[in-house]
Amino acid sequence: MTLSRMPEPDRTVLDRSETIIGELVALLGADGVISREEGRRAFEADALTAYRQPPLAVALPRTTEDVSKLLKYCRQAGVKVVPRGAGTSLCGGATPTADSIVIGTSRMNSVLETDFVNRTITVQTGITNLAITDAVSAEGFFYAPDPSSQLACTLGGNLAMNSGGAHCLKYGVTTNNVLGLKMVLMDGEIVEINGPYLDSGGYDFMALVIGSEGQFGIITEATLKIIPRMPFARPVMLGFSSCEAAGQCVAAIIGSGIIPVAIEYMDKPAIAVAEAFAKAGYPLDVEALLIVEVEGFEDEIERLLRAITDIALNFDPQVIEASTSTEHSERIWKGRKAAFGAMGRISDYYCMDGTIPLARLPEVLSRIGEICAEKRLKVANVFHAGDGNLHPLILFNANDPDEAIRAEQAGAEILKLCVAVGGCLTGEHGVGIEKRDLMDIQFSPSDLAVQMRIKSIFDPHWLLNPGKVFPLPAQELSEQSAADRAA
Amino acid sequence: MQTNFSQKQLSNERIAEAEAILRRCVHCGLCTATCPTYVLTGDERDSPRGRIYLIKDMLEDSAPASPEVQHHVDRCLSCLSCMSTCPSGVDYMHLVDFAREYIEQTGTRPWKERAMRRLLSEVVPHPDRFRFALKLAPLGRPWVKLLRRFGFDQAAALIELAPAVLPPSPKYEGPGVAATEDERRARVIMLAGCAQQVLRPGINDSTIRLLARHGVDVIVAAGAGCCGALTYHLGNEAGAIEFAKRNVDAWWKEIEKDGEPVDAIIVNASGCGTTVKDYGHLLRNEPDYADRAARISELARDVSEFIGKYDLGAPRRWSSLRVAYHSACSLQHGQQIKEVPRELLVKAGFSVVNIPEAHICCGSAGTYNIMQPEISSQLRDRKTKNIKRVKPDVVAAGNIGCITQLSTSLDVPIVHTVELLDWAFGGPVPLGLEGLSKFVSDVPEPTKRRVNDFIHA
Repeated sequence: MTLSRMPEPDRTVLDRSETIIGELVALLGADGVISREEGRRAFEADALTAYRQPPLAVALPRTTEDVSKLLKYCRQAGVKVVPRGAGTSLCGGATPTADSIVIGTSRMNSVLETDFVNRTITVQTGITNLAITDAVSAEGFFYAPDPSSQLACTLGGNLAMNSGGAHCLKYGVTTNNVLGLKMVLMDGEIVEINGPYLDSGGYDFMALVIGSEGQFGIITEATLKIIPRMPFARPVMLGFSSCEAAGQCVAAIIGSGIIPVAIEYMDKPAIAVAEAFAKAGYPLDVEALLIVEVEGFEDEIERLLRAITDIALNFDPQVIEASTSTEHSERIWKGRKAAFGAMGRISDYYCMDGTIPLARLPEVLSRIGEICAEKRLKVANVFHAGDGNLHPLILFNANDPDEAIRAEQAGAEILKLCVAVGGCLTGEHGVGIEKRDLMDIQFSPSDLAVQMRIKSIFDPHWLLNPGKVFPLPAQELSEQSAADRAA
Repeated sequence: MQTNFSQKQLSNERIAEAEAILRRCVHCGLCTATCPTYVLTGDERDSPRGRIYLIKDMLEDSAPASPEVQHHVDRCLSCLSCMSTCPSGVDYMHLVDFAREYIEQTGTRPWKERAMRRLLSEVVPHPDRFRFALKLAPLGRPWVKLLRRFGFDQAAALIELAPAVLPPSPKYEGPGVAATEDERRARVIMLAGCAQQVLRPGINDSTIRLLARHGVDVIVAAGAGCCGALTYHLGNEAGAIEFAKRNVDAWWKEIEKDGEPVDAIIVNASGCGTTVKDYGHLLRNEPDYADRAARISELARDVSEFIGKYDLGAPRRWSSLRVAYHSACSLQHGQQIKEVPRELLVKAGFSVVNIPEAHICCGSAGTYNIMQPEISSQLRDRKTKNIKRVKPDVVAAGNIGCITQLSTSLDVPIVHTVELLDWAFGGPVPLGLEGLSKFVSDVPEPTKRRVNDFIHA
């Protein structure tokens, strides 16, 4: 794909690369720095492989102090920095530039403190999302946001993108589940924002920092809410003969006042691949499948499931099937959560992440089908229907440049459609490179100017996570004016 | 994932195969989380996704293996945990096998490492040589520290792994048929293997006894030997093919015997089982062997897999022993056999507990514990800690590699699953469990009474 251009690398930095690598080794030791070409290439992309560029070097710190030393040095030397967790971003949030250092947080994966009385956990941000829940599950707790890549993705990435997940319908997204942060600013200063309590008074800087896509600083530690797990949870599968019927059913369930833990949607192509991987017993002959999960005590579950199936019956469902056992529920979720990756069995894919008002779901789904058909591409839909967060997967052949371009064009059309119906560009994956040049569809020039001024306060020299979030010409203007101020 | 191979490169069948595997990977990164080496080092190059990338670049460039690629591929355990995790179904096993061979052909290694690899592949697959070497090992023990100081870490690891006392010779040795005393219900070939029969002869003995006692004829074919896995994973494909051919020839004679169908080929070391189940692939380009090898792979069963489909009836002994079942990677990931051994132990009357982080390798991985002692010992200690958490009386595992590896660090005995099953179904006490036998009792035999006894009682 060639639509989005990356910023030109800074020659003066490339010329100094040997000195820079030497300095990094002096800070972290040889074991903490990757500088040879083959090694750097392993970091050239995250899960959006259309954009690839090996960085100048990779640094793997172990502590907040290491990160502080690194950033302080990079600021002094004028070297750009790309923070990276597990590299599972679907929007190129961790794509390097040739003149940047990747700071990987994979070695910062410790649990620092668990406090079951106050229901908090403090961790380093390189820990994987699922490992947080694993650390507290023996005591009956869990960490609520659950992106589908939760097995591998790190908390750091979740904070950068304000990630959601299937169960966020009931419990909220990342920002609703964080109490305090420790962040390293670009000049190496370590700041603490809020702490293990609710609402700290003063401005809510935490809300500003969460979702800033690694452009304000590197968050190294976080204190999170943990929630007692409900005694029981059970998903029910509702199969429909059309995506419109499924969409109307979602709107009706939400409209009735019931808040299930999750309402997930998969269409026919997605069901087929997810079934091949998870063998969950998904119905294969329906056009659209909803997975609706409710939780609580047994009688509560019964009552809610009955209410939900009563609503579903108004939309002529072909299949109503509740999970029969814990193992069955696990398989149902395993298939849903692995649906993106499982798509690799049949095709390369380009995963979108728009959000729309729920009432517009049926028309948006059919319009997505039309857009992809116009571009002669297939599409599979897997998404969090309950909160209107769409994930159309546009299928293409990565080894065919023409198809790749058509896929990106179709993606842009779909995101424009989301904005046109009153939604937004990204629900949980972030803007990254992928949606950068579409930002002016959603925001006016003055909106963007305000956002970039805030970015300049945290990172006056525009060294953090370059080339992301803002349309490139605007970024370059801001960078230029920062350079002028400095001169 | 996009690949960049020329038509000329793709005309090489092996490269075309690797390309097809690479194209399936979508770079999603889920595999990183369950990879033991990535969990330890936090370095993308030590993760499946990173290795796939390194391998892709190496093959695309048609370049000789660089020290960096070699280092990180060498550090892969081939535990195949990534294949259990991968939603896209990337065939990492065959990709890394090919990469190992490519590295062996094009890369260079220091003489110490070459010598050790040579030593392992010349000695371990041959029981006589291996037994002799193990007898020599105690002579090296006083020199272990010195060896380490001079950088012979691998030799030191080898000496430390050797058991202090060699177990007695097996009860059933050499080729032959153990005919069942019961009515015959099945006829199977058993892979007698190589290192296992020296290190823990009780495993083959238990397998033969348990099966023969339950209506199964067990054949150990003349001429069969090492499955070839060890040589294969050291990157020597030609050597592995020779071992595989020898076994195919030996087993085929038994399979072809008139009117005597073979129901299965039983493998009781899961590392070997994974390889025998892949003979069809390994020998696919050998015209005289391809079909027979494919048939043999179809017949191959792990011993637990075979018994799991087979009614053993009620156990003869009962106990309150707490057994921690350790899933060997070759069984849980390589062969995707996860629950069956556990269920068999439960049915045999043991109380079975689950080990946390069951999907993470113990660091044994064939010759890995010798070639990569540093990572291997970290994984061993991590596994040992997790096993201790569940406080078992005994640990059961389906692979001799894990048993040897963990017996050096556990403070409870570790045995093969089939040894415990044999014991429960009337066999002798497994070696090392003598102290636990007081917790095991015979199930009382019902006294035989005639119908009239009940009527007039």
